[in-house]
Parts: sequence; structure tokens; C-alpha cells
Amino acid sequence: MTAPLLELRDVVRHFGGVKALDGVSLSIMPGEIHCLAGENGSGKSTLIKIVSGVNTIDRGHILVDGTLVDTMTPRLAIAHGIQVIYQDFSLFGNLTVAENLALGAEVRAGRRLVNWRRMRAHAQAAVDRLGVALDLDATVDSLPTSGRQLVAIARALMADPLLLIMDEPTTTLTSREVAALFDVVRDIQSRGIAVLFVSHKMREMLAISERITILRSGLVVAGGPIGQFDEAGITRLMTGSEIAEDPYLWDASPATHPVLAVRDLSVRGVLHDINLTIGAGEIVGVSGLLGSGRTELALALFGLLPSYTGTVQIDGRDVALRSVRHAIANRIAYVPEDRLTEGLFLPESIDINLLCASFDRLSRGGVLRPEAMRDAAASAIRDMAIATPTGERPVVELSGGNQQRVVIGRWLLRHPRILILNGPTVGVDVGSKAGIHRTVRRLAREHGMAVIMISDDLPELIGNCNRVLVMHRGRLVDEVADTRNGPYETRRAERALSDRLRELA
Amino acid sequence: MSNTLTPVLSGRADSPRLAWVLKRPELGVGGLAVVAMVVIGSINPAFWDAANLFSLLRANVITGILALGVMIVMLSGGIDVSFPAFAIAAMYLTIKGMIALGYDGVVLPFAVATMIGLLLGLINGLFVYGLRMIPLIVTLGTGTAVRGLLLGAVGSSQINIDRMPPALIGFGRLEFLRSVGGGNGLSTMVVLYAALAVMVHLMLRHTLIGRSIFALGGSEEAARRAGFNVRTTIFFIYGMAGALAGCTGLLHGSMIWVANPRDMVGIELDVIAAVVLGGTSIFGGRGSVMGTMLGVFTLVLLTNSLIIMHIDTTWQRIVTGSIVILAAAATSWRDRRIAA
Amino acid sequence: MTATPARRMLALRPRRVDPALVQMAALAVVVFILMASLNPQRFLRPYVFDSITYMAPELGLLSIAMMLTMLSGGIDLSVIGLANLAGILAGLFFHATAGASGPDLRHAGAAVLCGGIGIAVTAGIVGGAINGLLITRARVTPILATIGSGQIFTGIALVLTGGPAIVGFPGAWSAIGNGRVLGVAAPLVIFIVIAGTIGGLLTRTPFGLSLKLIGTNTRAATFSGLRTGRTVLLSYILSGTLAATAGILLSARTNAAKSDYGISYLLQAVLIAVLGGTNPAGGRGSVWGVTLALFALMLLSSGLQLMRFSNFLVDFIWGAFLLLSIALNALRQRRR
Repeated sequence: MTAPLLELRDVVRHFGGVKALDGVSLSIMPGEIHCLAGENGSGKSTLIKIVSGVNTIDRGHILVDGTLVDTMTPRLAIAHGIQVIYQDFSLFGNLTVAENLALGAEVRAGRRLVNWRRMRAHAQAAVDRLGVALDLDATVDSLPTSGRQLVAIARALMADPLLLIMDEPTTTLTSREVAALFDVVRDIQSRGIAVLFVSHKMREMLAISERITILRSGLVVAGGPIGQFDEAGITRLMTGSEIAEDPYLWDASPATHPVLAVRDLSVRGVLHDINLTIGAGEIVGVSGLLGSGRTELALALFGLLPSYTGTVQIDGRDVALRSVRHAIANRIAYVPEDRLTEGLFLPESIDINLLCASFDRLSRGGVLRPEAMRDAAASAIRDMAIATPTGERPVVELSGGNQQRVVIGRWLLRHPRILILNGPTVGVDVGSKAGIHRTVRRLAREHGMAVIMISDDLPELIGNCNRVLVMHRGRLVDEVADTRNGPYETRRAERALSDRLRELA
Repeated sequence: MSNTLTPVLSGRADSPRLAWVLKRPELGVGGLAVVAMVVIGSINPAFWDAANLFSLLRANVITGILALGVMIVMLSGGIDVSFPAFAIAAMYLTIKGMIALGYDGVVLPFAVATMIGLLLGLINGLFVYGLRMIPLIVTLGTGTAVRGLLLGAVGSSQINIDRMPPALIGFGRLEFLRSVGGGNGLSTMVVLYAALAVMVHLMLRHTLIGRSIFALGGSEEAARRAGFNVRTTIFFIYGMAGALAGCTGLLHGSMIWVANPRDMVGIELDVIAAVVLGGTSIFGGRGSVMGTMLGVFTLVLLTNSLIIMHIDTTWQRIVTGSIVILAAAATSWRDRRIAA
Repeated sequence: MTATPARRMLALRPRRVDPALVQMAALAVVVFILMASLNPQRFLRPYVFDSITYMAPELGLLSIAMMLTMLSGGIDLSVIGLANLAGILAGLFFHATAGASGPDLRHAGAAVLCGGIGIAVTAGIVGGAINGLLITRARVTPILATIGSGQIFTGIALVLTGGPAIVGFPGAWSAIGNGRVLGVAAPLVIFIVIAGTIGGLLTRTPFGLSLKLIGTNTRAATFSGLRTGRTVLLSYILSGTLAATAGILLSARTNAAKSDYGISYLLQAVLIAVLGGTNPAGGRGSVWGVTLALFALMLLSSGLQLMRFSNFLVDFIWGAFLLLSIALNALRQRRR
């Protein structure tokens, strides 16, 4: 039996008091396509950094070709044929494709002068090798994401790697681009190069990977040939969430208006003829592949795609959602996908993060009322059960779950009619997850909100929504489960949804 | 309200021809210069006299060399407002030294002035790289400190032509093509400026340190990962800008035959205006020597031709200010189009 | 455990004493003791403090203006140009209505005085609005927008005056800059009122909190429904208005207005803002910090002047101080 190309044995790595990796073992065979799956914060990035020599390990062993490596450094990693393609591709947007490809080699060769002809020849060779069409003279900024990715791949291949690590390679691609990427990856594999996909969105990866390792909270929770896993199982392992046996039940009371009625909503290039009606107390899941338009649907409803066509009615009234303020005034709330960059003001206090969307309600004559602010912040902390002795702490010090509660709590202060949650429990530990789910159910049931829940986490959708919609290429294409037809059997619904998504991929 | 998300989400492909023009700001500035010359020439045909054109080119020299330095800094994503103080400090110290030592010459003093500028520039580099502070605030501080120290500790009185080293004055007066200009030739300093410009262009285009400046302006993280030594690059950038400023300071003194330690106050605005007009992006990564030279030429053309156009020179600042704003708005529009 | 709402203080900011403020207060005390012990006869005279109360307010208003624009991650380099333009416009107005000199000018009435103030303040509002619109609408970087507009303001002042200073203001105008209210220097009273108002705006109104949040994370601010464009525009209008007010005080104190007065104020305003704990990248800054920094540095510079340091060396020390404070902040950050 051949030795693994790369092997980690019981690797431990701390950051401060936090164990980022807690005894991780992983082996990658020559020429295989391996998928490392895990949610944000599971230790994936640390693992990449350790393999590429950016971070050192506290305990454990790294073996390359069966030989122990004492200290991995970036230089050593490259010498061993390990290349990493980061999520941001690490390209120079202002420079040409040719330069992006060839500059690194020039630097490493210790040259002082640039020979453009030599650089161009190198770049051309790299592009030819990948067998793709790339304009060497185009600046990288002018390329679409998929083009930039090809440049990054071509550049990595120039170093004759044995292992290519790709960090979240499919996140910003459309499904067509993903298919093209996989062709390229299969071609790479055919030359004996191993590929390690690192991703929290492994649905696409299933089609191509041969083996999978699943990481959760710094531990390997499962691993093996891909055939032993189905998507639902992987999600459960990644998130740790168990599917609820009782789905969220909702009865339509025909007397009332729907809270939200969307007719023929379109945004050029991203959304096409969306028709959607959601009643009070409903929790509607939206699922779909990358680039399916699910986030854009949320953004359009939140006033961030003001050029939409079609009509939106809230409680029977026509509303125009031309800005975030219009959306908020019409009692729509949005909990964004990326909590850290879109949701929170990290160095600010919990209080301010809770109150920031309600300044108008907390002021009289243009002056904020400290009493009202104090009460509102305290009630939100209580309501959302945010675990903190005081609202004065900077929100950055909270755990992921509590941070998410802050973002949701912010909107509850405005008593929304419609609550849109995009990835409500990404990067939230298992315990907090259930709590957030309970809160969302309570808000829908007791406050009569219409909730739209966008998620990759299928058990989350099946367990908490009374129906789940599937989006594909900007359209709503399917409705998978619906408790209006009586409570469904959750596992079967989950499987149906998973199968449907696989068909679309 | 401003909607920061829509431009990102509604990516729209420009026609290739438009994209080509957008990426060549030289065309825009060059066109502007041509139009301005035609208009000014038709208002007052004396504009086309060789003597006037020669003096116009001569007026490009100081702003132009300083602009090369500022462009290098801006290519990396920084900004520099300390160079006038550095230029004057280098000039005044060198000339004071020459007088004190009774030395007269050209090459050594220029080498000394350049070295003084280089050292001062490295201080900027130290603060920008070592302490990670915003370049504007660092250079505001170093500029003021250097100027204050010069005036307070070295001297605040002007050195007039009678005490200026004769070799320097002789150097500053060198000219050629005297027969064409009807007595006034073209200053040789124009050739020096052109030579420096070619040198900077070759450095930016054909050396790895030059490409590292563009790389740094494109993405610092990517530059690091590609193996560039970012520290070397930042020290090189600010050192080079300082060296160019030091050399220009002494050249300035030689050309006006006076060493005034209070000179060049506010010239940073003209220089930055010229660089921005030449299409260099303040966010780094985009710009060229050709564009910068055209920017300098156009700015000098517009401000120096006010008299020829019978406009009071007090309008000069309004012209400069408008150019900065219009050029910056155009550049920001272009950058958004390219990014879209 | 959650504290009871009644006893819990509301935290508009994380309740941690700002180290920059402590540093500033310590500096002020050290400077004071140093000056007083080195040269008690000269330094501990009422005249020294008196002159500070007349000189500091102009610079203080400019520093607060700088801090306001830094809160959103911007900067206003046009404040000096706008201040001078405002003073000149007021002066030209007085000369047009009451003559360039003589008793008419000296005894100009309240209506004329209010007209002058109105014109100066309007210039500040318009100038600030131009900056704000360039930055929020035309998306010009604050540095370039305000460098350019500063040139234009100075240029307009030059065109209007042709270069020389405008000399001769009404007596009442000069009282703004040199008079006393209840025994306190009038400029100081104006400064306290304005600083208090801005301080209140920043800590107690939606505008102020929004401005800081926009500077902290613009994207999150958009997603929270804050009016990003309008708030930033308003901050530049405020900055312009403060600059114009500084111009009023400057021309009132010196009885003259000129297009290139107070150039060195620009650096000093940036320095005071940064020393006062303002983060030039946005999100952090307070009127208190700026005020403390202002008086510490005014004490320092008048102390240096009394010790016969030349004005130039004082400039050097200002610049060196800015660099030193950068270095200290960097070291403190690194230790964290």
C-alpha cells in the first residue's frame, strides 16, 4: 500500500485559550479528490494554515510521503508540492493575467529585473497546461469570478504541486461555473495531483469528491469514502443538529390576509417572476444551490435591489421597497448572511448593537431618551436570553450564538411583520442553535410574524419550517414539504429535499 | 440614501472599446491638454511663441519631478504631503553647508541633497510600515516637524543670489536651442526631468521592485503571499519619494537662484492635483509616468496661461482646486466602472 | 446574570476608560507642572491663561470639525480655506454696508452684525455641503475632495480680496473676539456652548450615534437602515459651519481677514483630533478628548513660547508630538 501523500496525526493547536484543533488526524492519498467539510469556526481554516506552514502545531505530527516533517514552513510546504488557493484567490486585480501568473516565480527566483517576454511565455505555458482560454493581457479586475479562479488555479499549477488545496472554491460561482470548475479539477486529478476541497457548502462537492472528512469544533467527527455518506447525514455531522421529529405545524386561517404577497418579482439577471404568499405565523424555508438567487430574494425584499419589477403587498397593502428604510418602515427585518461584516458593529456595546435600528423610536424631538434606550436594551437582552451580565460589553466578546441573538433582537425591537433570516445558525454551537430555533418558532406563533428562513442546513429547514421552497437560477421551482397537508415525516421530507437539490446540481 | 450594494450586485459588462479607453487615462488628459492648447492659442496666438512654450516646459520641471515621487507613493495606495518640506530642507541644508565650507560644485551637492531627502523619506517609511499609521497623517506630521526644525534650528533667512554658490546658478541656467527661442533657450533642466521620468518608468515597468509597488497597491495580502518583501517595498517607495524631493529642492534653488527656507509652502496641492489629473488612483495600483507627466503639463499649462488669457492670476487656486475635484471624480467613476 | 434595568447604566460605548483620554489628561498635568516649576514667575501669571482662553477656541472649533469628519473615516482639509473665506465674506459685507473705515463701520448696528454672522455661517454651510455632496454623491475620496475644495475656497478668497488682508471690522464684531461675558473670554464662551452642543449631538442624538456606527462598519450600518449618505453629508455641513465660526472668531480677534491666515492650524487641528483619541479610520472620537488635547497643547505651546522657543520650533514640537502619539498608540495596540 502506498503511503499517504499527506498525513496529520493527532494535531492540536490552541489560539489563546481556545482549542482550534483538538487532536485531528487526516490523510490524503496521492491523486485523490478529498473533501474537508465543516461549518465556519470548525477549524478548517486553521487546518489549511497548518498544512501550508503558516501556523505551527502545538502537538501531533505532520507526515509527507510517509516521512515526518519537523516544522512545516510556507517554503517547505511549497517544496513538498502543497499549493493553496485561498477563497479570495490572492490575485492582483490591477495587473494583467500574465503578470499574476508569472510574477510570483520571478520573485522567488530572486530576480531584480523583469523580462516581459519570459514572463509571458511562462504565463502562456501555465494557461496551456490548464487547457483553458484566458486573455493574458486582460486585467484580473475585468474577469468574472470564475475567470479569476482559473487564474489562481493556473498559477498554483505552475509550481508542479502534488496537492492542491482549494478553500471554499464554489462559494461565489453559479452552478454552471461549478460544473466547469469540476471539469478542470478532474483534469488536474488525471495528472496525478490530489485535490483537497475545504468547504462548509459541501453539496456541490459530493458529486466529485472520493473521500470526505468532517470537522466539527476542532474534532474529526467522521470520515471515509464518500459513498458511505448522504447529504443529510453530512449536514447533521457538520452542524450537530438533530432533526426534530415534530415539524413546525401551521394552520392557514382563511379569514386573514396573507402577511406577505409577492407577485412577479423580478430583478434583471438574478430573480425571475417570483410569486410567494406567506401567512401570519408561517415559517417558510428557502433552499437552493449557490447562485440560485435566494440571497437576492432576501435583498430585494429588504430594499437593497431597488430596481426590481413586480408587486409586493404587506398585510394587503401595496408597498414600494426602494430602500432599506422603506423596507424597515414596512416592518420587514433582515438578519444577514455574514453576521460579522453585515450585521454587527464589533467594537461597540451590546446595547448599541441592539438599539441601532430603532433610534427613531427611542428619541423625542431628535434627542435620544436614555430611559427608553435602557429599557429597550434590557428587554431585548431578556427576550433573546443573551448571556451577558451587562449590555455594556463589546459585542465582539460574545459567542457566535449570542451575537446572532443580538442581531435578531435588534429587529424585534421594531416589531416586524416579516422576518427574513439568512443562515440563522451558521457558526453557532449546537446548544445555542436549538435555542435560536425555539425563539424563531415562538416569534412566528405568538407574534404572528411571517418568517423566511434561508439555509443550507436541511435539518434546520425541515425541522423548523412548515414548508420549504426550492430556488434555482432565480426562480422558485419547487415546494417540497408542506404541513398544511398534515404533519410530514421529517426524515422522508429531508430526503426528498436533498434529492431534489441533487437533481438541480 | 446612498445604496452601497447595488453597484456590486448589478455587475454590467462594458463594451470592450469603452473599457480600453477607461484604462488609458493618458488619452483623456492628453486630449484635455490639446484642447486647452488650441483654445489658449486662439485667444492669444503669442502662446505658440517658442519663448512661451520653452518657459512653459521649464515650469514643468519642479512640479513634474515632485509628481513622479508622489505618483510612486500613490501607486502603492499611500499619499505624501511631506515632500515640499523635505525638498526645502535638503536644499537649504546643502546650500548652507556649501557656503559654510566654501565649496562650489554641482554633482556632490546634488548627491548630498538627494541623500538628505532619502533619509527623511525613510522616516516616513518607518512610521507607515513599522507603526501602520495612515500615510496622510504621518506625512503631515513629518512635513511640519521637518519644516519647523529647519526654520527654528537651522535658520529662517533667505539666501539671496549674491551668496548662492555660482556653480549651482550656472547649472540652473544651462539651456539649449537658443536660436529657436529668440535669445531664450530651452532649459536643460527639462532634459533632466525627462531623464528622471524615463528612469522612473523603467524602474516601475522593468524591475521587480517596481512591479512590487503595483502589487502592493493591488493587494498587500496577495503581495505578501506572492513572496514580495512588503517592508522593503514600502521603505523603497518613501525613500525614493524623499530622494526625488531632495534632488528637486536643490534644483529649484538653482533655477530661481535663491534659497528660501519658507518656499514651496502649499505646492503639495498642485503636485497632488497633477498626479490625480494624470489618472493615478488614490487607492493604489493604477497610474503611469506618461499620465503623470501629461497631468503636470496640463496643470501647468492651465495655471500658467491665465495671464496669456487675460485672467487674473488670483484665479490659479480655483483652477487647481477644480482640477483636483473633477479629476478625482472622474477617476472614482472610472474605478467603479472597471470594478463593476 | 442580568442586572436590574433600573440600576444598570446604559452603555453607549463599551464602558472602558479610553486610554487616549487618560494619556491626554496626564499630558496636560505634566505639561502644567513642568512649565510651572521651570519658570513659575513667567508661567503662573493670569495673562498666560487669559491669552489661551482667547486663542484656543478658534483652533478648538477646527479640531472638533476635523474630529467630526474623522468619525466616519473621512477628513476635512478644507477647514482653513473655509474659515478664511467666511471671515473675508463677512468683512466685505461690512465694508459694503458701512464703508471700509470710519465711525459708520466701527459703530455698525446689530442688524449689520447679524448680517455678517449670517453670511459667514451660510458660507460654512454651503462649503460643507459641497464637500459632503462630493464625498457621498460623486464618491470622491474625502482627502481629494477637501484638498480640492479647500483650494477653491482659498482661491475665491484671493479673487475677492486680490491678496491683501481685509482690515477693519465693526467694534461689536471685535467684541466677539476680544470681549468678556461675565468675566470670561467671549470666544471661550462661544467654544463651550458649541462644544457642548456638538458633544450632545454626538452622544445623545440618532445622528451622532449613526455617524460613529457608519465609521465603525458602513456595510452593517446600511443593513441596519441607518441613513449613511445623509448622516455623512450632515457631518461635513457641521464641519463647514464650525470652520466658518472659527473664521468669525479669528477675524474678530485680529480685526482682519486674509486668504492665507492660519495655515499651520491645519496640522494642529489634525494633531489635536488624533491626540484626543479620534481614530482617523473612523468610529471613535469625542468632544471631551479633543477639548482636553486642545488645552494640553495650548499650555504646552504657550509655555514653550514663554521659554523663548521660536514659533518655528513650536511647530516642530507639534509635528513631533503627532508622530509620538502615533507611535504610542501603535505600541499600545501591539501590546493588546
